[in-house]
Amino acid sequence: MAYSEQELSVMDSIIARYPRSRSAIMPLLHYVQSLAGFVTNEGIEEISAKLSITTAEVSAVATFYTQYKRKPMGEYHVGVCTNTLCAIMGGDEILEGLKEHLGLENDGVTADGKVSLEHLECNAACDYAPVVMANWEFYDNQTVQSAKDLVDSMRAGKPIPPTRGPNVLPTWKENSAVLAGLNDGHANEGVQAGAPSLLGLRLSKKGSKK
Amino acid sequence: MTALTPVLSAHWDEEDSFTMAGYKRHGGYKAAAKALKMEPDAVIQLVKDSGLRGRGGAGFPTGMKWGFIPQGDNKDHYLVVNADESEPGTCKDMPLLLANPHVLVEGIIIASYAIRAKYAFIYIRGEVAHVARRLQQAIEDAYAAGYLGKNVFKSGQDLELVLHVGAGAYICGEETALLDSLEGYRGQPRLRPPFPAIAGLYARPTVVNNVESISSVPAIIANGPEWFSAMGTEKSKGMTLYSLSGHVANPGQFEAPLGITLREILELAGGVREGHQLKFWTPGGSSTPIFTADQLDTPLDYEGVAAAGSMLGTKALQIFDETTCVVRAVLRWTEFYKHESCGKCTPCREGTWWLVQILRDLENGKGTAADLDKLLDLCENILGRSFCALGDGATSSISSSIKHFRDEYIAHVTNAGCPFDSHASTLFASAKAGA
Repeated sequence: MAYSEQELSVMDSIIARYPRSRSAIMPLLHYVQSLAGFVTNEGIEEISAKLSITTAEVSAVATFYTQYKRKPMGEYHVGVCTNTLCAIMGGDEILEGLKEHLGLENDGVTADGKVSLEHLECNAACDYAPVVMANWEFYDNQTVQSAKDLVDSMRAGKPIPPTRGPNVLPTWKENSAVLAGLNDGHANEGVQAGAPSLLGLRLSKKGSKK
Repeated sequence: MTALTPVLSAHWDEEDSFTMAGYKRHGGYKAAAKALKMEPDAVIQLVKDSGLRGRGGAGFPTGMKWGFIPQGDNKDHYLVVNADESEPGTCKDMPLLLANPHVLVEGIIIASYAIRAKYAFIYIRGEVAHVARRLQQAIEDAYAAGYLGKNVFKSGQDLELVLHVGAGAYICGEETALLDSLEGYRGQPRLRPPFPAIAGLYARPTVVNNVESISSVPAIIANGPEWFSAMGTEKSKGMTLYSLSGHVANPGQFEAPLGITLREILELAGGVREGHQLKFWTPGGSSTPIFTADQLDTPLDYEGVAAAGSMLGTKALQIFDETTCVVRAVLRWTEFYKHESCGKCTPCREGTWWLVQILRDLENGKGTAADLDKLLDLCENILGRSFCALGDGATSSISSSIKHFRDEYIAHVTNAGCPFDSHASTLFASAKAGA
C-alpha cells in the first residue's frame, strides 16, 4: 500500500520545518508509526527516499529509540514505570498484576489487539508515583486495582480518561501523530496541573495570608 | 525557616495558566518586548549579573554560556532547549511546561535574540504527549501573535522555533547526544572539545540550556538582576524548583530560594509518611550520590551539596523510608543505566552490564562479601573513563550506598537473599496502615 498524496505532503511539511532535511527523521518515524501503528519497512523506504539516505541509516535510527516499534502494538499501549521510585511505591506490583490480568509478558499484545504492555523507565511524574502511562498520557497515583480497571475499560472500548491529559484517551496511532508535531486540537483539554504540582504554591499562599 | 518563592509556579493554580490569555494576564511577553529593545550584549550582561546558573544539573553560569558564542562570525547560531527530562526522580520541567509553556517560549525569544540565533529548537522527551501538545499549541499561538516568525515584536529580527519530539532515550538528555539526535542520528555523545558553543548543531555555534534555566529569564529581565540575586546563597542565586517524591506525607513541587534544606522542605510537606523514618534520599536524581538523615541540614545549593559529597543535580529529592531495601533500589537504578547506555564507550557499556550481574546476585542471595569490593573496583574503572557522564552516574548510587549501608549489603549475603518485605514499601501498604 503506497502512501497517499496527502500523507506524502504531510511528510514534506515535516521536512520543511528543519534547516537540514535529515533532522526530520525522528518526526517522520513518529508519523509513519501513526499511519500503520508501527514503523513498517515501507515507512523506512519512504523516509530513505525523502531524505536521500540509505534504508540502513533510517533503520539504525529507528532501532536506537525504544518508542519506535517494529511490530504492531495494541490500540492502547500501557506502560508501567518500574524505575526505582515508582517500582518501590508499587509499580512492581502493578506490572505483575497487569501481566497476570492480561496474560501477557513484557512487550506483549492481547489477542484482540486492544492492549499492549511494557515496563517503562522514569516518566518525570515522580510526585504522582506510582505512575502508569497509556499511549504516553499520564495516569497518576495508580494501584493494582485501578490499573486493572484501566485496561478493562480499554478492552471494553471506553478507556478511562487520563489524569492529566485530553478528555478522551487518544489511540496509539493518534498520539503518534501528536509526537510527529501535528496539532490534534486537544491542547486546551484537561487540568493545567495536578495537586502535587500545586503543593508548594498553595503552602506559600497559605503562609503569606497568616 | 526559609520562605517559599513561587515565581515560575506563581500562577499554576489558575485553570487557564497554559494559554496565551492566562500568561498575558500576568505580564507575559512584556519581558521579551523589553529585551528586544536592548542591545543583545546588554541582555547577556544582565543575565550574567543575575547569577543564574544552569538548572539541568551541571550549574554552569547561563550568561557566561551565552557569552561564549562567537559574534560577527557570519555563521548561523542555534539555541536548543533541553526538555528531555529523564533523570530518574526528576519531575520539574514537565509540570512547568504543562502549566505554563509560554514562559519557555518567551525565554527562548529573549535568549535567541541575545545570542543572535534565528533558529531555536525545543527537544522534548517523547513519552509525554500532553506536554508536547501544550507546547505545540503555545508555539503556534506565539507565531499567530507575531512573537515568532518574521520580524518578531516588529524588531526586524526573525526567529523560527521548532518542537522536536524524542523517542525514548535517556542519553539524549546529554547535550551532545541530544545534538546528534536532533541532526537525525542515533543519540550518542560527542567528544569535547569542541564544545557546542563553537561547533554544536550542524557544527555551528550553539547554546544548549535546560527548560527551567530559559524559563527563569523572562522574570529576570522583568524584575532586574538584583531582584533575582537577592534570593539564594552567595554563589547559588535565585529561586528554583525542588521536586519531592517517595515516602513522604505529601509529595510535590516546591519553588524556593537555592540553599533551602531538606529538613525545611519536609517540614512544609508534612514529613516522611506516617509511622516511618527517613532512610536515604537523593539530592538531585539517581546520578547523585545518596544522602542519609545526616544531611538533612545541608543547604541545597551547588556548593552545599558538593561539599557534603554529592551534587545538586536536578533537585530531585527522592525520599526512601526504612522499609526500602537499598540493594533493590540501587539494582533498579543500575539496570536503568545498563539499558540506557548508548554503547559507544566500552567502560560504560560493559561495566554497567557487570554491575547489574553482581547486584542481581546480591539481591537474590547468590552474592559474596567479596562482591562488594568487586563492585567498588568496577565503579573505579567506569568513573571518568567515557565520553559522557552516564557511566559516572551509574557508579554514584553504588559507591555511596556501600559507604552508608555496607552492613545491609552484607546482610544480603548472610541472609542468603533480601531481608526486606517489598510490599511494606508500597503506597498501598501505607494506605492500609492509615485506614
